[in-house]
Amino acid sequence: MRDVAIVSVAQSVHRRSARELNEVEMIQPVIRQALDQVGVQKGEIDFTCSGSSDYLAGQAFSFVMTLDAVGPTPPISESHVEMDGAWALYEAWVKIQTGHADTALIYGYGKSSPGDLPRVLSRQLDPYYYQPLWPDSIALAGLQARLMLEQGLITEQEMAEIAYRSREAAKTNPHAQLQGSQSVEELLAQPRSYDPLARHDCAPITDGGVAIVIAAGEKAAKWCSRPAWIRGIDHRIDSHNLGARDLTKAPSIGIAAAKAGVHDGPIDIAELHAPFTHQEKIIRTELGLSDEVVVNPSGGPLAANPMMGAGLIRLGEVAQRIHSGEANRGVAHATSGLLLQQNLVAVLEGE
Amino acid sequence: MTDIQMPDQLWTQPAINDAALGVSADVEQIQRIRIPAAVRYDYVPGLATTRFLRGLANKEILGERCQTTGEVYVPPRGVSPIDGLPTVEQVKLPHTGSVSTFCVVHIAFGTNAPPTPFCTALVLLDGAAVSVYGPIQEIDYDKVRIGMRVEAVWVEDDQLDTSFENIKWWRPIDEPDVDPELLKGHM
Repeated sequence: MRDVAIVSVAQSVHRRSARELNEVEMIQPVIRQALDQVGVQKGEIDFTCSGSSDYLAGQAFSFVMTLDAVGPTPPISESHVEMDGAWALYEAWVKIQTGHADTALIYGYGKSSPGDLPRVLSRQLDPYYYQPLWPDSIALAGLQARLMLEQGLITEQEMAEIAYRSREAAKTNPHAQLQGSQSVEELLAQPRSYDPLARHDCAPITDGGVAIVIAAGEKAAKWCSRPAWIRGIDHRIDSHNLGARDLTKAPSIGIAAAKAGVHDGPIDIAELHAPFTHQEKIIRTELGLSDEVVVNPSGGPLAANPMMGAGLIRLGEVAQRIHSGEANRGVAHATSGLLLQQNLVAVLEGE
Repeated sequence: MTDIQMPDQLWTQPAINDAALGVSADVEQIQRIRIPAAVRYDYVPGLATTRFLRGLANKEILGERCQTTGEVYVPPRGVSPIDGLPTVEQVKLPHTGSVSTFCVVHIAFGTNAPPTPFCTALVLLDGAAVSVYGPIQEIDYDKVRIGMRVEAVWVEDDQLDTSFENIKWWRPIDEPDVDPELLKGHM
């Protein structure tokens, strides 16, 4: 295996609606910052890979237009995934492993504001049995939370504590959309707008994006004084048939964690891609994290959840804490699809 | 892979309990259902394209210039594909250009299509780096050629909107053709 590291991370200041901008205007400054931070010159990036979704933009081949932001003329080696940018990073990592590239630029972005996001997300379901029923993403998450509450796998108190801890942590994150929280007691008194979920249990709807540069071996060391080495990375899926799953679990996370070597050493921090409070508990359990691990010091998706970017941001947040020396070994988790169906786990190390 | 357990009967169809079917024997059988699905979007074109569309309402074609090469892109998306940097300088382009490529259409589509056969073309506006799209009229379709000089024909002033459909079509002007070699790379 080649040693590959995250050497640069940039993300937008996330907000509810970047209404005045088109997608390329929104992501261009972020891509530029990620490249400029390590002084990348044109032609030094061997491979470019992005994650985005036409369903968010409401426009076919929307990713092609954002390619202008990477200066694709003369032609470059480039690819795209209709998934969170974390999977674009995986593709780029594989490309480097196979020796076809030494460096890569990865970005993921989502402008959710043009559409009705919970309904748009229902279009990920199978088209025959689930899609015609239009179960939106919050309703499905509510079913999952209900199962967990009834089985005693979580309490409303725990869910409120996760919401409180996340948005209080986001106070130190200049990119976060929601910073600060009411007290746990006040949250528990809020109406269950999507019974059993309250508004604080849900991630906000966000416009924004993230860009990351990865590089192999000496190049990584040249571009970054303390690169965040990708020691393990793996992605797995659970069934798309919700009726065939135990929705209180996501075994694919556990498999990915084992393959990525999560437990081969002590973990300082974990950034988990849980768009709903109760899902953090599922991910934590599947990863087997001890109570000492600091989870989502950035505030996580409950503080800002740009679709197709929030998973890649988890890798970026862990990497930046390794760059700064604040952490030495961290776990990043990304999810795609509904109810934690697809999961990616990466282990990043400073030494 | 030996550590992943596959569920039983993964590759076989379990027996179906059809006991309930007898109850509904006299119900009309459904062979097909239609379930319309739609998602509504509130589309916003972005800063640069908004400037372009507003210009069209004033009968102006506004391109934007690449900071590095000086090339002008129209319609602008806000970022140059050469250097990946924002285009900041707006450029008012003339309403004349050259046919860089064309196609004769024999099958009508859409609601505003002219009678077939007709000719659609890419027109490289004078001073622009990329071509715009539009129908060619006021000339027989089989007389259109690459390098032919054309100008925009606009809707009446009281019909002007923030739309590229302000330009009804392009028509030939009495100028010598340009060398097709000069149009290469400007599709």
